[in-house]
Amino acid sequence: MADITHPDGQDSEGNGTTRRDFLYLTTAAVGAVGTAAFAWPFIDSMNPAADTLALSSIDVDLSPIAVGQSITVSWRGKPVFVRHRTAGEVQAAEEAPEGDMIDPEPDDARVINPEWLIVVGVCTHLGCIPLGQKPTDQRGEYGGWFCPCHGSHYDTSGRIRKGPAPLNLPVPEYEFLSDTQIRIG
Amino acid sequence: MGHGLANSSFKNPVIRWMDQRLPLFTLMHKEYAAYPTPRNFNYFWNFGALAMVVLMVMIVTGIFLSMHYTAHVDYAFDSVERIMRDVNYGWLMRYLHMNGASMFFIVVYIHIFRGLYYGSYKQPRELLWILGVIILFLMMATAFMGYVLPWGQMSFWGATVITNLFSAVPVFGDQIVMWLWGGFSVDNPTLNRFFSLHYLLPFVIIGVVFLHVAALHITGSNNPLGIDPKGPQDTLPFHPYYTIKDTFGLGVFLIFFSLFVFFAPNYLGHPDNYIPADPLVTPAHIVPEWYFLPFYAILRAVPDKLLGVVLMFGSIAVLFILPWLDTSKVRSARFRPIYKIFFWVFVFVCLMLGYCGAKPAEGIYVVLSRLGTVYYFAHFLILLPLLGKLERPLPLPTSISEPVLPRGGGAITAGATAKPMDKA
Ligand code: HEM
Ligand code: FES
Repeated sequence: MADITHPDGQDSEGNGTTRRDFLYLTTAAVGAVGTAAFAWPFIDSMNPAADTLALSSIDVDLSPIAVGQSITVSWRGKPVFVRHRTAGEVQAAEEAPEGDMIDPEPDDARVINPEWLIVVGVCTHLGCIPLGQKPTDQRGEYGGWFCPCHGSHYDTSGRIRKGPAPLNLPVPEYEFLSDTQIRIG
Repeated sequence: MGHGLANSSFKNPVIRWMDQRLPLFTLMHKEYAAYPTPRNFNYFWNFGALAMVVLMVMIVTGIFLSMHYTAHVDYAFDSVERIMRDVNYGWLMRYLHMNGASMFFIVVYIHIFRGLYYGSYKQPRELLWILGVIILFLMMATAFMGYVLPWGQMSFWGATVITNLFSAVPVFGDQIVMWLWGGFSVDNPTLNRFFSLHYLLPFVIIGVVFLHVAALHITGSNNPLGIDPKGPQDTLPFHPYYTIKDTFGLGVFLIFFSLFVFFAPNYLGHPDNYIPADPLVTPAHIVPEWYFLPFYAILRAVPDKLLGVVLMFGSIAVLFILPWLDTSKVRSARFRPIYKIFFWVFVFVCLMLGYCGAKPAEGIYVVLSRLGTVYYFAHFLILLPLLGKLERPLPLPTSISEPVLPRGGGAITAGATAKPMDKA
């Protein structure tokens, strides 16, 4: 016993640390790691489950969409906007000065074929669905989309130009299977 | 803590037998009957007891609603409609629960503003106050998740906007939101976990309320004068004096509650929530329940996403440090002529923020929200610290009973040094 506990808190070499301090610390460390290891399965169980992650990709037929028209398709529970842009819209998107953009990005980095703009239709502010898909909808000051929740304006490239949203509407992964067929995801 | 039996002053042999082994009766008697209470309470001291009653109403109605509710995106909306139309007294249970949430916030907000006016958060009641702010946070989380359960349009889009607040967190934002959702959007996993937590949190609230009351019974209650009781002439036993006052207040409150439940059950709600949730269409104008409106106005007042979220949470979190922001030693606003004015300005600003939160975020409403937000924080962070130093308080009465008892209760000088609260 005398070897292990020293009333003055000194070990046999006269250092301020004792074997007991070491035991306390290692026990606490093991306890902390153990608790974290035990908590992780509970926390992780709340992340998307395997079947939720395994959502398949979708194919969209573009042929019925006339110039100037938009359709909304549902992908991973979210709307995806597919817009067949007019020449004017493409031009506006390409010529917009990046200097006054909130999240500067050139239009050609956001499209594969400039006629077709494909973006996830979820406002990057707090997740509302912006207006602008229906011909009667308000499209905001930049002719793209307008989010009514807190007033974000998106341009014809789906870029945020005015309002509280910080980022452009994201472009999902997609490929052209043919001239009139795309696969999203 | 000895061995053997506890002392009990109860005469009934059965009660005495139990009390000696588990002194619940002695505890209840001490905390709810004999508990010495300042004699000068006004009706603002009813609201703690009212909050307790509403919490019980919420739990009872909630348990019975859960027996008929189905937490699944395909059935939730219909199961609530079934509760309303087919379940015996289902309409009553749901309207009590729905309006009970609003009543809970009315009562608790009055309870909080009472504390702000009479300085109830000051030394030695800081921890008591902090526990109260924790209860407020838990109530907000509970009410928010409850509102999602009927799975109407407002449920869905409210949940979407509020969970997306966490996407403002730098770096991990998107992971956190996915974790909250259990998917890529608000969907069935979200509804299920919200139901689970909505059932759980009220019981956590009970636990914190217990601590809140335990802390109260250590320091004793504050009172409209904000001075400590100086002796027995300043206090009354809780029972029957305040049990009867609370019961009367409860009667009045239940009439108010019933007016909503029976005559205007949907007045405080939003009609869009009777449209089933549609993940592809956002309603043109989304607003939260009325009790969140001032905070919603603060969120929208700020053009930057992260800062808006920080200020919104900060507007409640600032209450945690309020006991240290207010530098005045005088508790009650009755003796603080300048604080009193700013208190009412602050109440007005909170109401104005609430009004702006209900309006679309454009034009004059944005301007007013911004002004209101600045004032809200300035009240806590600038005015209160300065006022304590600059303001000249009115003279305090020497005791609670002095203004009411002939010759002034303060005359009993022996009592002036003994603090009965410490013995309680
Ligand atoms: C702190 C106390 C509570 C608050 C503030 C609260 C709040 C709410 C709110 C605002 C709603 C939405 C009402 C509507 O618009 O339909 C709701 C629904 C619901 N709550 Fe609670 N609740 C509380 C306690 C409980 C408890 C303890 C349970 C279960 C034991 C429960 C079970 C339910 C159920 C099943 C619903 C869905 C049915 C419905 O929408 O009416 N609640 N709650
Ligand atoms: S969610 Fe679109 S502007 Fe806030």
